[in-house]
Amino acid sequence: MEQEEDLKTRHMVINMGPQHPSTHGVLRLKLELDGETVVKCTPYVGYLHRGTEKLAESMTYLQVIPLTDRLDYISSMTNNIGYCLAVERLFEIEVPLRAKYIRTLVGELSRISSHLLWLATHALDIGAMTVFLYAFRERERILDLFELLTGARLTVTYPRIGGVKSDVNQEFIDTAYAFAEEFPSRVQEYETLIDVNRIWLKRTVGVGILSAEEAINWGLSGATLRGSGVNYDVRKRFPYDAYDLVEFDVPIGKNGDVYDRYLCRVEELRQSVRIIKQCIEALPRGPIMSPDAPKFTLPAKDKVLGDMESLIHHFMLITKGPMTAPKGQLYVAIEAPKGELGYYIVSDGTGKPYRMRIRSPSFVHVSALPRLCEGRLLADVVANIGTIDVVLGECDR
Amino acid sequence: MIDTCVSLIDVEEGIKIIPGADVIITQLDKLINWGRKSSLWPMTFGLACCAIEMMSTGASHYDLDRFGIIFRASPRQADCIIVAGTVTKKMAPVVRKVYDQMPEPKYVIAMGSCACTGNVYRTYSVVQGCDTFLPVDVYIPGCPPRPEALMQGIIKLQEIISKEKMRWTPLR
Repeated sequence: MEQEEDLKTRHMVINMGPQHPSTHGVLRLKLELDGETVVKCTPYVGYLHRGTEKLAESMTYLQVIPLTDRLDYISSMTNNIGYCLAVERLFEIEVPLRAKYIRTLVGELSRISSHLLWLATHALDIGAMTVFLYAFRERERILDLFELLTGARLTVTYPRIGGVKSDVNQEFIDTAYAFAEEFPSRVQEYETLIDVNRIWLKRTVGVGILSAEEAINWGLSGATLRGSGVNYDVRKRFPYDAYDLVEFDVPIGKNGDVYDRYLCRVEELRQSVRIIKQCIEALPRGPIMSPDAPKFTLPAKDKVLGDMESLIHHFMLITKGPMTAPKGQLYVAIEAPKGELGYYIVSDGTGKPYRMRIRSPSFVHVSALPRLCEGRLLADVVANIGTIDVVLGECDR
Repeated sequence: MIDTCVSLIDVEEGIKIIPGADVIITQLDKLINWGRKSSLWPMTFGLACCAIEMMSTGASHYDLDRFGIIFRASPRQADCIIVAGTVTKKMAPVVRKVYDQMPEPKYVIAMGSCACTGNVYRTYSVVQGCDTFLPVDVYIPGCPPRPEALMQGIIKLQEIISKEKMRWTPLR
């Protein structure tokens, strides 16, 4: 008895990351442990800080688009769309309807690919290897579609200020529709693997609980917020592109734990398929670039390669861009797969943004990690990192 | 008993077999290099966008397993490090430390333009190419490189390994 009183325990500090396969990139957590319980969790970010925001200040509005690809590199399409929407708002450009539908279509494809990667890595972290292999099989098909449309798999740079780069062809439409027809059955396959899997349930149900009020206070967004039962989706509240023209539901969780957030995201996969089908069915004819944006409309590639004047025109548009822009500042947000992705642009009237701030959902979500992890077991840290769905490129920028 | 009068058969340059007996005569270099290149275990170390393509390469569609490549999460069990993504000044010491923890022989693949040269990120925080602090064996350009490009890079590395001389001895 006396001995027990003398027994002193010491907290142990361990360093998780930046080289850790489960931290989804280069996130570093300093964990203070009491046995296996996490007492204190401190996230350290900045290991992928590339200075995108600073770099954007020295580039014309058109040149910034490729930089936005590399923020949330898993769904570069939605990043491009968000940036283009912000600049379009600044220049007061109205995008043609066909381009709106195409953007919605590719944005949702991008959402599926992002959610598939999330599902794959989240399941892999928790210990379900098969889901990883299954999810990547379908993801490759989406990347093939992107390649068909844009020539790139990951960093697409497809949307343009005032429209999109190129029109969709019949092959893309057919393949995308066939994919949308088949995909729900694939989602069912993933669900068969993990939905009622005992290990999965033990690792996710009741882990990382956040109440609705707390989730709002932490500034969470996207499926991480909706899993707590808050009905907030930028696509519904502040519709952009063609989201007010298509029908879809926003899945809402109840308990706000890892499992509910998983259910929300899987249901979002189905809703995305619904949107894709509607977009393809309702795709109107018409131009893909707005006539209001001559300073952002590049001449056709075959002309650039054969015609001197077009070549000079192309060169001037890329290097100089518009020399003037309306003065002002604005914030435009979209519903990226991770959550609310916002672009805050300050324009001082020159052809380059004076300041471009990116409100990335991942950065906000990482800040909620201590709340999720503290007081829980060390093994749950991995589940919590997975459930908030962070991408460090976007978090550190 | 082996009939010693039987002449040796050249299978490949430097590899001979004795017919009738299960014996191969070759140089130790060849044998060791063959072993090394056939089970090249890279480390799972994703830095940025390229890591996603690296994952795609390792996953079901491209399936790196068929080259004998299995990702290991620990540097102590890895033969090669694929620097996949932008190396920032905050990250560079970590990459170097992880590289130092790997046992010899070790190889470095710089995957993607960022790891090769720094790419468009000529900023205050980005290291202009990981060859400034690591001995890179293979450079794979692209932003990000396609999985096929990564596979070609790995095959190039295997070619490099197969041409090594005396890397198994401290006397080299």
